[in-house]
Amino acid sequence: MEFLEQQLPRYVDGAWITLQLTVGGAALAFVLAMVVGVLGTTRFWWARAITTVYVETFRGIAALVVMFWFVFAFPDLTGFELDPIFAAILALGLNVGAYGAEVVRAAINAVPKAQVEATVALNFSWFQRVRLVVLPQAWAQMLPTFGNLIIELMKATAVVYLVGIVDLTSVAQQIRSATGETFLAFGVAFVLYYLLAQVLIFGMRLLERRANQKLGRAPAGGGLLSLLRPPTVGTQVGVAK
Amino acid sequence: MSPSDTPDNDLHQGVAGEDLIVFDQVVKRFGDLTVLDHLDFRVAPGERVTLIGPSGSGKTTILRLLMTLEKVTEGMVWVGGEPFSHMPRGSGFAPASESYLRARRKRLGMVFQQFNLFPNMTVRKNVTEAPVHVLGTPRDEANARAEELLELVGLGDKVDAHPTQLSGGQQQRVAIARSLAMQPEILLLDEVTSALDPELVAGVLDVLREVAETTDITMLCVTHEMSFARDVSHRVLMFDKGRIAEEGHPDQIFNDPQHERTQAFLKSVLENG
Amino acid sequence: MWDFEFTFEAMPDLLNGLLTTVQLTLIGYSIALTLGLLVAIVRRVPIIGGVLHFVMEFIRTTPLIIQVVFVFLLTPANISAFTVGVVVLGVHYAAYTAEVYRSGIEGVAKGQWEAARALSLPTSRTWGAIVLPQAIRKVIPALGNYLISMFKDTPLLFAIGVTELLTQAQRVGSESFRVVEAYTLVGLLFLVVSIPSAIIIRRLEKRYVAV
Repeated sequence: MEFLEQQLPRYVDGAWITLQLTVGGAALAFVLAMVVGVLGTTRFWWARAITTVYVETFRGIAALVVMFWFVFAFPDLTGFELDPIFAAILALGLNVGAYGAEVVRAAINAVPKAQVEATVALNFSWFQRVRLVVLPQAWAQMLPTFGNLIIELMKATAVVYLVGIVDLTSVAQQIRSATGETFLAFGVAFVLYYLLAQVLIFGMRLLERRANQKLGRAPAGGGLLSLLRPPTVGTQVGVAK
Repeated sequence: MSPSDTPDNDLHQGVAGEDLIVFDQVVKRFGDLTVLDHLDFRVAPGERVTLIGPSGSGKTTILRLLMTLEKVTEGMVWVGGEPFSHMPRGSGFAPASESYLRARRKRLGMVFQQFNLFPNMTVRKNVTEAPVHVLGTPRDEANARAEELLELVGLGDKVDAHPTQLSGGQQQRVAIARSLAMQPEILLLDEVTSALDPELVAGVLDVLREVAETTDITMLCVTHEMSFARDVSHRVLMFDKGRIAEEGHPDQIFNDPQHERTQAFLKSVLENG
Repeated sequence: MWDFEFTFEAMPDLLNGLLTTVQLTLIGYSIALTLGLLVAIVRRVPIIGGVLHFVMEFIRTTPLIIQVVFVFLLTPANISAFTVGVVVLGVHYAAYTAEVYRSGIEGVAKGQWEAARALSLPTSRTWGAIVLPQAIRKVIPALGNYLISMFKDTPLLFAIGVTELLTQAQRVGSESFRVVEAYTLVGLLFLVVSIPSAIIIRRLEKRYVAV
C-alpha cells in the first residue's frame, strides 16, 4: 500500500503517455487505413499499386524496426531530428494502418454489388457513393477488427521505452531499479495495461453496437453489461505487430 | 411506336427525331455467351413497353445497359437523340466516360428486383439523399417531395422507419418512390415483384398502375405479371435468344401470338402461375 | 550515399542475426502450437478452465515486451536470454493459438461427439481420432498467420539482448556509424522473409479453405 501511495503518480504519468501514443497512433492508422483502403478498391491500377506496396511493406516490417529507423537512421539521412514521440506515433500508425487498410478494403468489397448499382441508378458521383452508401455500410464490418487492432496498437506502444520515452513500461523498469521490487513494480504496470485494454474493448463494443443499430440490425441483446464479454479472437487478432 | 425491323439506313435520322430510346445493332456478350444479338429497337417518349421472354433471353440486360450498369460489346444505345453508350469524339464515337454519363444518366431511374434500399439510411433519407446531393434540391423541398411520394405509394406513415422494419412489398414501394424522386423521364422496372411474397405483389403493381396513369413517364418493364403487362403497356416485346421474336399490342400478343416461341412461353407462364 | 562496401561487410553479421531470428520464430512457434492446444483442451474443464481463460486473456492484453523483460529479470543468470525470449514468445502466442484451436474445436459438429460416444470410444480416442483432426484442419490458415506475426515480434527480444537481427544491426551500425544502411537492411531482410511467407500461407489458406 505504501508502495502504491508513493509510486502511483509516476505510473499514472506513464500510463498517460501510453494512452497518448495509442490515441495518436490510432488516429494516424485510421486515416491511412481509410485513404489507402479506399484507393485499393478503385479501378485505377496505380491506386491499387500504392495500396499493395504500402500494405505489404509495413505489414512485413515490425513497428519497432520502423521506429528505430525513424529515430536513428532518419536524422543521419536528412539532418532532421524527429521527436521520439512523433517518430513512435509515425511508426505505430504506419504499421497498424497497413493492417487497417486491408480491413477497409475487404469490408468495402463485401458491400453488396447491388448497393453500388442502386447508387449508379440514382446518378451519385463516385465520391458520393463512397461517402453516403459504401463506407457507412462497410463501417459495421470494419469495427470488430479495428477493435482488435487498437488493442494490438496499445500493446505495441510498449516498445517506445527503447528510444527513451517514459511510458508505462519504462516507469515499471525505473521503479523496479529504484526499489528492487520486481513483482510489485511490474505487477502494477501489468494491471494498468490490462485495465486500459478493457476500457478500449468496451469503447469499441459501444461503437460496434451503434453501427449495427444504424444498419437496423438488432443489438446482440442485454444492456451495457453485455458489452463486457471477453474479447473475441479471430484470425486477424495478433497480426498487428 | 417503332418497329424493330427499322432498316439500318433510316436509323440516324430517327435518332435525332422523336424516339427517346434507340438500340442500334446492340451486341452484348459475357465471355462466350451472347446475350443480345444485333438488337434494334426504339421506344417513343411516353411509351410503356413490357419485355417478356424466358430467363436468359436478354431482357434484364437491356435495362442494365440503359442504366449503364453494363457496357455494350458492339453497337450503340441512344437516349433522347444523344449517344448514351458512347460519346462523340472527333468525327466518331468513343466509349462514354463517367463524367459524360453523369451529365446524362439522370434522365433514367431504375427499380430493382431486390429493392436495393440503403440499409444505412431511414426511408426518408433513402428518398431524399439523391435529390439533395445529385440534383442540388434544397433539403426542405426534398423532404416535402419525399413525403408526397411516400403518400402516393401508401407509406406516408413510414417516413422515419428503417428499411429493415418494412416488408418486402413496402421496401419495393419505397424504392419506387426513391426513383421517382429523381424525376426521371424513363423508368426501368426490373422484375420488381419477383422477389415478393404473392400477397404483397398486388400492392406494388397498384402503385405502378397509378404512376402509369397519372404521369407520362416512359416505362420499360421486365415482368412475369402478364395481366399487369396487359393493363399498362402500349407494346409488348417477346425476347428469345437475344433477339426480338415478336412484338405488338398487348391484346395481340396475349390473345393471338404468332410466333411459336411466344405461344410456348405464354403457355408455360400461365401454367406455372 | 548508400555504402555498398559496408553492406557487404555487415551482411554476414546481419544474416547471422536473421538466422537467430528464424530459430526464435520456429522454436517459439512450436511452443505456441503445442501449449495453445493444451490450453484449448484444458479450458473445457470447469473452474481450472475459467482461471486459465483469465490468465490467457491477461497475457493477450498486456504487451509482449514488458512480459519478456519481467520474466528475464526473474530468471537466474545461468539461463540464457535466448531461452527466456523464446519461451515468453511461445507462451504469449499460445494465448492466441489457444483461441484459434478453441474456435476450431467448437466448430466440430455435435453429432461427431455423439457418434464417438455411441461407439463407446475412450476420451483419448475421441479427441485424438475424431475431434482434433477435424478442428485443426479448419484452423490451419489462422495458425499460419501467427507464424508471420511471431517472426515480426522477434525484434522485441532486442530488449533483453538476444542477438537477433535488430540487435546485430544496432551493433554493426553503431560500430561503423553506418546507421542508415544498417536499419534499412534490417527492414529489407524482414521483407525478404515475410513477403514470401505471406504468399505461401495465402496459398495454403486457399487449399485448406477449399476442403
